[in-house]
Amino acid sequence: MTLAAADFAALWLTLKLACTVTGLLFVLGTPLAWWLARSRSRWTRPVAALVALPLVLPPTVLGFYLLLAFGPHGPVGAATQALGLGLLSFTFSGLVVASILYSMPFVIQPLRHAFEAIGNRPLEVAATLGAGPWDRFFSVALPLARRGFLSAGVLGFAHTVGEFGVVLMIGGNIPQRTRVVSVQIFDHVEALKYGQAHALAGGLLVFSFLVLLAVYTSQPRLRNF
Amino acid sequence: MRVGWFTGFVLAIAFALSPTAAHAGGSITVAAAADLQFAMNDIVTAFRQAHPADRVDVIYGSSGQFYTQIRQRAPFDLYFSADIAYPQALVKAGLAASVPRRYAIGRIVLWSATLDASKLRLQDLADPRFDRIAIANPEHAPYGKRAQQALQASGVWGKVRDRLVYGENIAQTAQFVQTGNARIGIIALSLAMNPAFAARGGYALIPADLHDPLEQGYVITRRAANNPLALAFARFIESPQAKAILQRYGFSGTQPTPAHEAASR
Repeated sequence: MTLAAADFAALWLTLKLACTVTGLLFVLGTPLAWWLARSRSRWTRPVAALVALPLVLPPTVLGFYLLLAFGPHGPVGAATQALGLGLLSFTFSGLVVASILYSMPFVIQPLRHAFEAIGNRPLEVAATLGAGPWDRFFSVALPLARRGFLSAGVLGFAHTVGEFGVVLMIGGNIPQRTRVVSVQIFDHVEALKYGQAHALAGGLLVFSFLVLLAVYTSQPRLRNF
Repeated sequence: MRVGWFTGFVLAIAFALSPTAAHAGGSITVAAAADLQFAMNDIVTAFRQAHPADRVDVIYGSSGQFYTQIRQRAPFDLYFSADIAYPQALVKAGLAASVPRRYAIGRIVLWSATLDASKLRLQDLADPRFDRIAIANPEHAPYGKRAQQALQASGVWGKVRDRLVYGENIAQTAQFVQTGNARIGIIALSLAMNPAFAARGGYALIPADLHDPLEQGYVITRRAANNPLALAFARFIESPQAKAILQRYGFSGTQPTPAHEAASR
C-alpha cells in the first residue's frame, strides 16, 4: 500500500489542475457573479441558466462535445490550429478549459449569493461617503463577501479534484499531463492493483474530509454551501 | 380519499419499475470486450433468429473491468474477454460454470481516419508528423499491451513514447482516431474492418510475430450455471455460423483450444 512515483505525479498534476482552475475561475467568475447579482438586464436569467448547466448535465455530455469541438474539424480545434497552438485534446490546457466549464457553477453560485446578500445599503452608504465604484467593490463588497469566496474556492477546488468523466473522455491518460488522480485510481482498479488503488483512494478520502472539516471548523456559520 | 392518491402513486411507480413479468422467454446478459462491438451485434442478431422469444443484452467494455465486476458478483451470464487469462482467473476463483474456451485470436492494425495508413509500417511512426498516436492503455488493456510489444519489437517505442495517448479500452482508442484527435492509432482489426471505419483512411495489419497472440476466451459465469439460454448461446458461439461472422471481422483461430491446453497457460 505504498504510493509509486506515478501516483505522486498524478497527485501533483491534480493539485496543479485544481489550483489553476480555481484561480482562473475567481478571475473570470467574480465579474460574472457580480453582474448576475446586481444587473437588472433581461439576459441575467439565460446566462444564469447557462452557468448552472454543468450541475445538471452528465459529464459525458460535456466530454463528448468537447472532444468533437477540440478535434481538428471542431470550431475550437480549427481556431487553436489556426493560432498555431495545436489541438487542446490530450493536453493540460485542454483539461483546464474543460474543468473551468465543469466547475463553473460551483464558484459562480456561492459568489453570486454572497454579492446578493450584501444588499444595496452598504454600497449606498459608501457612495455617500465619497467612495467611487471600484473603491466600493474592493473596500466594501469584497470584504463583506469573503465567506462566499471561501466556499466558492473550496467547492471549485474540490469539484475539480473530483472530476473524472470529462477527463476520461478528452484526457488520453498521459502521465504528467492528463493522468489525474481519479483516472489513476480507475486504472489501478482496471489493472487489478487494488493495493495501489486503496492507497490513493483512501488518501484522497481522508484529505477531502480534512479539507472540508477545516473549512467548516474555521467558519462555524458558513451558510453558502 | 387521502390514502387513495398516495397509494395510487406508489403503485404506479412500482408498476413502472417492475420487470416485464409477461416476458415468457429466457434472458441473458453478456459482457463483451470492446473489440467485439460490431461482430457481437451480428452474432446476437443471428442467434435471435433461432430464439425470437428470448432476450440477449450485450454490454461492451474493458475486459479487466468486467473481471473486477464479475468478482463482485455483477449480473453477467457470459463473459467474452479479449484476453483468455481473465476467464481463466475467474475459473480459479470459482466464479465460472464452464471451462474457459477460446473463441478467436485478435489482431492489431495501424489505422488512421485522415490518411491512408495501409502502406505504413510501425517504423514510420518515428516521423514527428504523427503528433499523437493512440493506443489502448498497456497497463490493463490486452490490445494496448500488444501494441506496446509491437512498437518495442519494431524498435520505435522510445521514439513514439512521448506522443502516445491512451484509450481506456480499444473502442475509446479507435474513437480518438476516428474523431481526428489522434492522427493515427493502433486498434483492433475487428474494429477497423467494420464498414463505417473501413470507408475512411485505411489500415495496415501489424505482423503477428511482433507481439504475443491475442488469445480471446469466454466462460459462462457461475450465476448462469442453470440458465439454458446461456448454454445455448455458448453452443452458438462454437457453431460455423458464429465463426463465419467472427472471421468476417478479421478474427482468426476460431477453432477452440482444448480445455487442458487453455488451463495450462
